[in-house]
Amino acid sequence: MATRGLSDLPPSQRPYLADPPVIAPGHTFASVTEKIMRTVLTGRTPLGWIGGVLIAFGIVNILMMAFGYLFWKGVGIWGITVPVGWGFAIVNFVWWIGIGHAGTLISAILLLLKQSWRTSINRAAEAMTLFAVMCAGMFPLVHTGRPWLACYWLFPIPLTMGVWPQFRSPLIWDVFAVSTYFTVSLLFWFTGLIPDLATLRDHAKYRITQTIYGVLAMGWRGSARHWARYETAYLLLAGLSTPLVLSVHTVVSWDFAVSVIPGWHTTIFPPYFVAGAIYSGFAMVLTLMIPIRAAYGMKDFITMRHLQNMAKVMLATGLIVAYGYFMEAFMAWYSGNRFELYTFKNRAFGPMGYFYWMLITCNIALPQLLWLRGFRNSPVLLWMMSIIVNTGMWLERFVIVVTSLHRDFLPSSWGTYKATRWDYATYIGTLGFFTMMFLLFIRVLPMISIFEVRALLPQSRINSLAQENLQ
Amino acid sequence: MQIFHRSTNTISRATIFGAIFIVAVLLWASIQFQRSPYVTYAEVARPQPAPFSHQHHVAGLGIDCRYCHTSIETSSFAGIPPTKTCMNCHSQIWTGAPMLEPVRESFRTGKSLVWNRVNDLPDFVYFNHSIHINKGVGCNTCHEPVDRMPLMYNFASLQMEWCLDCHRAPEKYLRPRDQVFNMRYEQPSSGKPIVVDGKSYTEQLSLGTDLVHKYNLRSVADITSCSTCHR
Repeated sequence: MATRGLSDLPPSQRPYLADPPVIAPGHTFASVTEKIMRTVLTGRTPLGWIGGVLIAFGIVNILMMAFGYLFWKGVGIWGITVPVGWGFAIVNFVWWIGIGHAGTLISAILLLLKQSWRTSINRAAEAMTLFAVMCAGMFPLVHTGRPWLACYWLFPIPLTMGVWPQFRSPLIWDVFAVSTYFTVSLLFWFTGLIPDLATLRDHAKYRITQTIYGVLAMGWRGSARHWARYETAYLLLAGLSTPLVLSVHTVVSWDFAVSVIPGWHTTIFPPYFVAGAIYSGFAMVLTLMIPIRAAYGMKDFITMRHLQNMAKVMLATGLIVAYGYFMEAFMAWYSGNRFELYTFKNRAFGPMGYFYWMLITCNIALPQLLWLRGFRNSPVLLWMMSIIVNTGMWLERFVIVVTSLHRDFLPSSWGTYKATRWDYATYIGTLGFFTMMFLLFIRVLPMISIFEVRALLPQSRINSLAQENLQ
Repeated sequence: MQIFHRSTNTISRATIFGAIFIVAVLLWASIQFQRSPYVTYAEVARPQPAPFSHQHHVAGLGIDCRYCHTSIETSSFAGIPPTKTCMNCHSQIWTGAPMLEPVRESFRTGKSLVWNRVNDLPDFVYFNHSIHINKGVGCNTCHEPVDRMPLMYNFASLQMEWCLDCHRAPEKYLRPRDQVFNMRYEQPSSGKPIVVDGKSYTEQLSLGTDLVHKYNLRSVADITSCSTCHR
C-alpha cells in the first residue's frame, strides 16, 4: 500500500474528500447502540414530541370528522362533479403512493447496489413508506363515501352477488399492486427490525417492555445461523421489493394511461410517474430527516453525505420528470391530434393555467438550484426545497387529474372544479395521521438501524484488515 | 435472563401456521353465513294475518295459481288477491271458522289484509313476472314446490348469484310454455321424454337450447347486463 495520504494530492485530484463521511468519526459499537437505543428506552419523553403528537392527533380528529360526515352524507360534500368526477381523492392517493416509493428504493435497490449510505436512513424511510401507503390506501376505501361496500369492488371475494371486479380495469390492478407493495414493505421493514428488537429486549428494564420487544424479536439470539438466515431472507425480500419500486407507480399511472382521455392517454406516463414518485419520496425523506436529525442529535449518523446524496437523487429524478413534461408538450404537437393539443394548451394557458406554471416552478425551475454544491450543503435550504418539491408533485397530480377532465371533447359539457372544505380537511387530516404515525414510530422503535450502523464502523472490518496484514 | 417459558417456542411455531388456518376458517365461515337462512330467510315461514296454506288450496283443492295471482302473465307484479277472492268461496264454506275471522273482518270493513311479503327482492332490482312466465320459466323454478308449503316461505336465497345462475344459462331451466303452471313438472329424461313441436327431448339442455330460440330469448350478454335488472 502506498503511504502517501490523500492530503498530499492537489485538491483537483481528491474528489472524495468533498464527500462527508456516512458516519461521524470517533464512534464505537457501544456508543452507536447507546445513542440510538436511548431515544426509545428512556424514561424522559421529550416535550416537543408530546406537543407534536398532540397537534397531529388533533389533525387526525379533523380527518375522523371529515370521514364521519362523508359516510353520513356521501361524496356530495366533496367538490367532485360532472365533468370532474375524479378530484382530491385520487390526487391525494397518487401523491401518497408516490411518497412511499423512496423507502423501497432506499431499502431494496440501494441495498442491492451496495450503497452503504442507505444504512442509517433506510429504517425511517421504510416506516415513512408504510405510513404513506396507509394514507394512500384510505382514499380508495372512502372515495365512494360508502366504505362498507369497498370490499367487493376492491377484492375478488366470493360474495353472494356472483360477480367479480372488472379484471380488465387498471383500478383492480392497482388494488393488487398497492396491497402487494404494502405487504412486502411491511415484511421487509419488520425483518430488518428483528436484530434491533432483540437489542431492545435485552436492554429493556421493565418486564412489560421486555415481553413486547421479546415477542416481536421472535427469539432472536444472534447466533451465526440466525445471521445467515437473516441475510438470506433480507436479500430475498430486497429482490422481491426491487421490481415493486417500478411496478407500483406504473400500475397507478395506468389508471390514467389506459383510459382514452386526452392528457391521460399517454405512453410516457409509467416511467414519468415512477420518476416522480421517487422524486417526491426523497423529498419527503428530507422533510422528515432534517428536523429529526437536529432534534434527536443524530447528525453523527445522518450526515451531510446522506442529505447531499438524497439531493442528487432528487435532482436526477426531477430531470426525468422535466423530460416527461417536455414530452407531453411535444407529443401534443407531434401527434397532430387536436384534442391532445387543446388539452395541453388548456392545461398551460386555460383557466387553471396558473396551477401548471406553479407546478413547473416547483418541480423544474427551483430544483435546478440543487446543482449548486453550496445549496446541497445547507440542511435548511434542502428542507425548504423538499417542501417545494412535495408541493410541486401534489400540483402535478392535481393538474393531470383536473385539467384533463374539466374540458373534454364536447364544449357543452365543460365545467370547472373547486375543492370544498371537506376535501381540504381530508387531505390535511391524512398529513396529521402520517405525522402522528411517524412520531409514534420514532418513540417506540429505533429510527436508525443499530446493527447496520455498527457494521459501518471501521472496527467491524478489523478481520479483513488483519488478514491483509498477515499476507 | 430468560423472560419466556420454554413452551413459547412451540406456541410461536403453532401460531405462525395456525394463523393461516384461523384466517381461512373465518373467511369460510363468513362466506357460509352470508348464504345461511339467518341472512336470506330461505325456508323460514313468515307470520301472516291468517295462516293461509298453499298446500291445501293448490295441491288439495287444485286451484290454479292464476285464480288468485291474476296479473302474473301480463304484469311485473303477480298480484295479491283482494279479500273478495277469498270470500268467493269462504262466504259459502268455513263461514264460521275462527281462523278466517281476519278475512271476514277485512271484508266487512273494506280494510285490506296486510300480508307479510315473503319473496321480497331489494328495491334496487327491477323484476317482471310476466316476461319470465312467457319465456317458459315455471312457477316452481323460482318458488319451488309451493303446493307443499302449509305456510309460505321463500325457497331461494334471492341473492344476485341465484338470479345470475339462470340468467347466465337459461337453457338449464326453461320448460314448454304450457307447463309453466304445472307444479309437478319434471325435466325431461330418457324415461319421461317431453315432446315439443313433434320433437322428443330426453334431456334438459337440448330442450332448453331449443326453447331459447323458440321463445326468442335475448342473448346472455343482454340479460346479464347490469341495467337489465338495475335500471
